[in-house]
Amino acid sequence: MKTNNVLLEVKNISQKYGSGEKRFTAVQSVNLTLSEGEFVALLGPSGCGKSTLLRIIAGLQKPSEGRVLYRGEPLAGVNPHASIVFQTFALFPWLNVQENVELALKARGVAAALRTAHALDLLDRVGLDGFETAYPRELSGGMRQKVGFARAMAVEPELLCLDEPFSALDVLSAEALRGELLELWLGGSIPTRAILMVSHNIEEAVFMADRIVVMDKNPGRVVADFEVPLPHPRKHKSPEFQALVDQAYAILAGQTQPEAIELGSAPGEPGMTRALPEISINDLAGMLEHLTTQPQKAMDIYRLASELSVDSDHLLRLTEAAELMSFATIQKGDIALTPLGETFAEARILARKEIFATRIRRLPIFRWVINLLRASEGRKLKWGVIQSALELEFPPEEAEQQLNTLVDWGRYAEVLAYDDDEEMIYLEVSNGQTVPV
Amino acid sequence: MQLTFGQRFDRTRAGLRSLHFADWLALLILAALLYGGTWLAFRAPQVVEGPSISLDPRILPWYALFSLARMAGAYLLSLLFCLFYGRAAAYHRGAERVLMPLLDVLQSVPILSFLPVVLLGLSAIFPQGVAAEISSVVLIFTSQAWNLTFSWYQSLTTIPKELREAGAIFRLNTWLRFKTLEFPFGLISLIWNSMMSWAGGWFFLMAAEIFTLGQRDFRLPGLGAYLHEASVQGDLRAVAWGLGTLIFLIVALDQLVWRPLIAWSDRFKVEMVESDNPPSSWFYNLLHASRLARAANERVWAPLFDRLDLWLVRRFHPVEEGAQPGKARAWVSRALLAGLAGGLLFALSQSVLLLGRVSLAEWGQVGLGVLATALRVGVSLLVALAWTIPVGVAIGTSRRVAGFLQPVVQVMASVPATALFPVLLLFILRIPGGLDLAAVLLMLLGTQWYLLFNIIAGANAIPQDLKYTTALLRLSRSERWKTLILPALFPYLVTGAITASGGAWNASIVAEYVTFAGKAYQTTGIGSLIAQATTNGDYPLLLAATLSMVLVVVLINRLVWRPLYRLAEDMYRME
Repeated sequence: MKTNNVLLEVKNISQKYGSGEKRFTAVQSVNLTLSEGEFVALLGPSGCGKSTLLRIIAGLQKPSEGRVLYRGEPLAGVNPHASIVFQTFALFPWLNVQENVELALKARGVAAALRTAHALDLLDRVGLDGFETAYPRELSGGMRQKVGFARAMAVEPELLCLDEPFSALDVLSAEALRGELLELWLGGSIPTRAILMVSHNIEEAVFMADRIVVMDKNPGRVVADFEVPLPHPRKHKSPEFQALVDQAYAILAGQTQPEAIELGSAPGEPGMTRALPEISINDLAGMLEHLTTQPQKAMDIYRLASELSVDSDHLLRLTEAAELMSFATIQKGDIALTPLGETFAEARILARKEIFATRIRRLPIFRWVINLLRASEGRKLKWGVIQSALELEFPPEEAEQQLNTLVDWGRYAEVLAYDDDEEMIYLEVSNGQTVPV
Repeated sequence: MQLTFGQRFDRTRAGLRSLHFADWLALLILAALLYGGTWLAFRAPQVVEGPSISLDPRILPWYALFSLARMAGAYLLSLLFCLFYGRAAAYHRGAERVLMPLLDVLQSVPILSFLPVVLLGLSAIFPQGVAAEISSVVLIFTSQAWNLTFSWYQSLTTIPKELREAGAIFRLNTWLRFKTLEFPFGLISLIWNSMMSWAGGWFFLMAAEIFTLGQRDFRLPGLGAYLHEASVQGDLRAVAWGLGTLIFLIVALDQLVWRPLIAWSDRFKVEMVESDNPPSSWFYNLLHASRLARAANERVWAPLFDRLDLWLVRRFHPVEEGAQPGKARAWVSRALLAGLAGGLLFALSQSVLLLGRVSLAEWGQVGLGVLATALRVGVSLLVALAWTIPVGVAIGTSRRVAGFLQPVVQVMASVPATALFPVLLLFILRIPGGLDLAAVLLMLLGTQWYLLFNIIAGANAIPQDLKYTTALLRLSRSERWKTLILPALFPYLVTGAITASGGAWNASIVAEYVTFAGKAYQTTGIGSLIAQATTNGDYPLLLAATLSMVLVVVLINRLVWRPLYRLAEDMYRME
């Protein structure tokens, strides 16, 4: 379906927030071209700026640098040829299904009779006939998103932007809706010229898109851009499909680097501070235990995802944590347990905590916090103090998240203690007792 | 029971440092405005005779109608004010920094302190009778507008980001965005706050229909004036008639306006779940079932509205959020601002001069008055807490108790305490120190309901699981209160107490200075001082007393209530 008519060009776009020392780059120098007939998936972990990029492309947000060309014309304000399907549906709860769809038409000044006919036709096409007078709260998630699709298509957009449209749905509804969208798109029954879908689900992207643009975080940037040359309908189990999924995992999971590079530098020192992935330690242990059951104590990451039935975003955070703790190494989309990881997986609870504690003491960000606490009176510091120090390295929300993870891991390893009433973080001494105040 | 009181607290700001530049600016603007009124006062004509108020019960329907019209006028004014002010504050960062502290200050100005500014300002433009009539409406407005505005501002700032983005990507213009997004989103909270505003209006109706300013005596035909006159003459039969009419009016409004509105507004809930027992109203059901009403809606209203929508859509193109206004407009607004600032600066310097006329002894009185009133507010709050906690928990946790107590409480709460006050005075004034007691009682009567309704809501919201757990653990009664009920109630208690204490301060002006059966009674207090200063036309004292009271109330809000509210939100919110 792809033609050579360029629909959209993103030229050297950057998005920065904050000012002075606390200036952060959410999106850095992104270039992207979208042609007519293309279905492009924007894939990446949470926080890589893919939703921001989508909003910039739709014209909801002005980039700090760079520009967006639509059919060769620079974009000023909201793109009148684009529409969005939102992750949380964004339906107006007080309007019924038909009114929700009609609203988009009303805003363009379409007269009542025409509006109704068009809305009913669309609702019919997405399979919602009979539900015209229902209110969104009466519908299931899948049906709500169908209304979202009908509304977005009502204005006959040339460019349809999808902001993780299936991630708030249960597995079955999401699967069904993906198929229905593909049917509409491939059948050519909608006037849409191109689709841009933001996703953090690798299988979803390979299943639907013609091209996958992979983004990574810190700062948000494009790291890969490859075609999906498979004909529709695509089979999840086919070797070609799995090979592409494997490839995407290989890009996103990266390669295990020498320790110095892998661990990054401490906050305040030159170089990047490595952000801790947001995971639960229980999940990490669960994944490592699963790996010990494998013959070579190693496997393809995409297979791990389907066996543990977790989505790719979650799994990639777990593999990143395992890599960071030297519990596993990652090479070309495969994950392999290290002897340390094997010991951890097979150890009992106290031994696990000890191994965990030794490992996190090697992380520069932990060394930094521990030194900070040691240097302060009573070996304690207010949460807010550490957070503002971290804010020199990370944007405010990210800094809070990082500190949350730090405290969570530190508590598990019995390296740190935290008193929520006083919002005070303490250093625990090695025998597990808090230093008396 | 779903109540949204006291949402006026910014959780991120508390303590003294929250009282920054803008607060002081707001206080200064206020002082300047008050001064403007008093400047006019010195140039106003002398002695005005109001029409006499008849105590004949047969005239009551007319009086009731007049009062209702004034209230409705004031309410419309409040609504318009709230829509524009709230919007300006929510969408313009610069404006927000001045407007919100100003609102905080305005809501703690007692109604009588607005009187000279409003009345004399209007007298300068309109003939005497018209000016008095409009003043009355504006005075009622000052007891209705602030909480509405806070609620609207709060709604506008909490609209979910994705709904806003949907509005932008589907190119809703300002009108459609208001009609389909902002208004529906804020509606429920607006309705509950409207009910509160009307209650506030009834409370100060007497003060708004009969007022004395210096030598000038104003009385407007209406229910408030009737009740006041009846109590001045000590005519109990007339008091009973007036009270009966007032209660009838309030109940009728509740049944015919508010309940139907609440039942109707259930569809504007944002939650994506169906409610178990949606609010219902017999009158709403009647209207809903009526063919005539439905036909009118389908054939007349809906097409008419659609035409209006389309006309507006074609006429006005969507304005992007955060778009820069044109150069000409920017200059005009800059010039306006400069003019405003100049005028304010001048008035400010003059009001400082006016304050200079307040003698040291008078400042002493002001200080003493603030202390005395603070004490009364504290006592009334404690008494209210003492009875509302057990009763509220009983109603909130037991269906049986709620069944017979809830309706009683609702009717009692709907009667404005000021209307009952004369009857109480009849008995209390005979006791030594009677007015002190009466003042506390009036504050109590006026504000205890905020606490009670919040406690009922809080007790209602205690999760059943936790109740079972305490039962399974066989906790004793006192342990159950300590570990479950009081912590669960805490956020609701704070919310209720904030509204109650604010109300009590405002009530002090009618509680500490009363005329009854031809005699004026007064006690030491800032409210009494303000009422006297208004009556005597002592503007320097009025300005000093008002500013002191506002300062104290704002300080108490920032130093006591905000930190407590923050604590409640952080530690005790069950979500």
